[in-house]
Amino acid sequence: MYAVTSLLFLLVGFLLILVIRWQLAYPGEPLPFLGELFGVANAPGGIILPEFYNQLGAMHGTIMVFLGVVPLAVGAFGNYIVPLQIGAPDMAFPRLNLASYWFYLAGGIVMLVSFFVPGGAANNGWTSYAPLSDLAPGMGQTLWLGGMGLLIFSSLLGAVNFITTIIQLRAPGLTWFRLPFFVWSQFITSFLLLLAFPALQAAAILQAMDRLAGTSFFLPSGLAVAGQALNVAGAGNALLWQHLFWFLAHPEVYVLILPAMGIVAEIIANNTRKPLWGYRLMVYSVFVLGFLSFIVWAHHMFLTGMGTTISAFFQATTMIISIPSVVILSSLILSLYGGSIRFTSPMLFALAFLPMFGIGGLTGLPLGLATTDIPLHDTNYVVGHFHYLVAPGTIFALFAGIYYWFPRVTGRMMNDTLARIHFVGSLICMNVIFMPMFIQGLAGVNRRLWDGGASYEHAQGVLALNIPMSHAAFTLGFFQLFFIVNLFVSVKRGRKVDANPWQATTLEWSPAGAPLRAYRDPYEYSVPGALTDFTPQGEAKP
Amino acid sequence: MLEWLGMPVAASAHAGQVDFIMVLVHWLMLVLFVGWSAFFFYVLVRFRRRANPVATHAGLQGSWSTWVEGGVLVAEVALLAFFSIPAWSARVDAFPAETQSTVVRVVAEQYAWNVHYPGADGRFGRTTLQLLGPDNPLGLDRADPTAKDDITTINQLYLPVDKPVIVHLSSKDMIHSFALPQMRVKQDVIPGIPQPVWFTPRQTGQWEIACSQLCGLGHYRMRGFYTIQTQAEYDAWLAEETALLATP
Repeated sequence: MYAVTSLLFLLVGFLLILVIRWQLAYPGEPLPFLGELFGVANAPGGIILPEFYNQLGAMHGTIMVFLGVVPLAVGAFGNYIVPLQIGAPDMAFPRLNLASYWFYLAGGIVMLVSFFVPGGAANNGWTSYAPLSDLAPGMGQTLWLGGMGLLIFSSLLGAVNFITTIIQLRAPGLTWFRLPFFVWSQFITSFLLLLAFPALQAAAILQAMDRLAGTSFFLPSGLAVAGQALNVAGAGNALLWQHLFWFLAHPEVYVLILPAMGIVAEIIANNTRKPLWGYRLMVYSVFVLGFLSFIVWAHHMFLTGMGTTISAFFQATTMIISIPSVVILSSLILSLYGGSIRFTSPMLFALAFLPMFGIGGLTGLPLGLATTDIPLHDTNYVVGHFHYLVAPGTIFALFAGIYYWFPRVTGRMMNDTLARIHFVGSLICMNVIFMPMFIQGLAGVNRRLWDGGASYEHAQGVLALNIPMSHAAFTLGFFQLFFIVNLFVSVKRGRKVDANPWQATTLEWSPAGAPLRAYRDPYEYSVPGALTDFTPQGEAKP
Repeated sequence: MLEWLGMPVAASAHAGQVDFIMVLVHWLMLVLFVGWSAFFFYVLVRFRRRANPVATHAGLQGSWSTWVEGGVLVAEVALLAFFSIPAWSARVDAFPAETQSTVVRVVAEQYAWNVHYPGADGRFGRTTLQLLGPDNPLGLDRADPTAKDDITTINQLYLPVDKPVIVHLSSKDMIHSFALPQMRVKQDVIPGIPQPVWFTPRQTGQWEIACSQLCGLGHYRMRGFYTIQTQAEYDAWLAEETALLATP
């Protein structure tokens, strides 16, 4: 349920960005075929209005992060795979799990419905900075806050469930350092969800009060909008929203990334036929990442007027947090050394994750140093940076996970040829979309511009890049058809396989009915002297 | 490498320093990426199933990866301690004296930059919400003696070259961001939190002020112009504007 719903939301979020990409490539030209469908209020004659453009931008971000990637990575993979990998009969609280799903679905529906209320959906960016969001007319922003409230409830319920399940329901013999890395990643992710989300929950309630009850938590005194002094109490602080928002939203970044690293680690161990290199080091690194992710949030806010001391602190924590990320990424690359690498379809996506995530991580460096952030802040460089992490990074890992665990769910394999076409097409398109963003950003082109910067002199030299970028985005959509068709056809027609088609070691691949017990480390591949090149965790020692 | 990065012309005193750090960071990124990629592709080819049918349980031996990770850490600490933090400190701590600088207020609103010069007396006139109007976007009180010589413009910022500039930023409504790409200046303008920013222009020219923070549906067209002139040109412009003030 999680998987299907979140894949649908990913598709919706992706379609929104295709409309944006049309507008960026051909500003002010009517969107062919579909443009008229958005209605006169949004796109008269198919021409996308700036108001509608901002709705698309805000909702693309919100849907992709909160309704697509997190529910897929945590809700779907976590709830399905974690109990299987730890040999538990189910999650500790199945009803909590169900409640979490319904809250998620309700939040998603509220978000989608908001497109159809007067004034349309929220249009203040996925970050919803006050006072813009506080003062936004229409119901869209209020619904966004309500939807976020439901989604946060969903995440909190899920997080409690994961923590309890992983602590309490591990199979006999499955000690902490025998846990598959994926379980570790979900464990830390759950703590991030549990501890970070309440901050935004509180902030959302405050903002809703500002909008509905006339309070001024985020509204300073002396505001004048459109030449008119604003009749509000004032004395609030607009910057407070940013602190509360990023206190959630930076750990959220690791919520997006850690499960992806977990999936990639599983697949690399399986397809190199050897244990992960530096498993313990990786586990410690995930701990450090989780902890540090709570004290880097203000690196999103260097240009809000930060003094030397505070900026030095957040620059330092930001540089420090790059070290455990480097350790995990290096460990995954070093795990390949000495392996017998099988280029299966999940492995292709998992391998591509490494350099793509690397680009995303490296381009975080100039953004994390306050001085170089000055010219780059709020430009397309930032957009390229986090999309490399999340799109060819996390989403590739999620594809890898789907191809890898599909036989566990359905008993059938997905088609390999279609998967390879999907892989090559997606990899090329993703890079054609996101790489030019760095060039545009360095040239100073700002993000969130309705015309893509067409009116700016300094953008002229790099503006033409928008056209190949947008066409690559449309082509990327085309290549996803191979995935969608593969998914549907394979459910019914895929090649039938036995319980352990990848010859994997972890407990989720144990034969049906076997007693679940762990006797050894998670990735005992190619053990010297063993009969096969894999020794399942559940196989008793002779 | 600076040419490859394709940044706008560096036209302020500190721009060179920002760009230098930018180049350093990108070198570090390039070296790491090329190094990791080379290893990555070597391993993919060397240890593909056909070339290496049996995996080794132990994997890579040796501790050189620790050295690489340590090296990354050292490089980052160096960037931070010797470059980024001092450069930042120069931006936010070492403000020049107002008497030695061109001082100007910029008040952002949806979707324009209102510029306020103090005039010959060097003092900004009183502004108030009550006086806001279509022809007085700053709410400037002309009855105030210090306001009589104040010059105001919309979306036009004129500054002399080779002299420090202090811009006192504030916003009437939303969060905007005051960006002068060629000066390597960008500063969020948050309502309720007035914020100064300073720089020293080193080249004359006319460029754009770009709003860098989503501020509403007209964000994309919140574009102003700034002109860096020689001192003589700037003085002439000031005189011209002052003369205009006298004629009702």
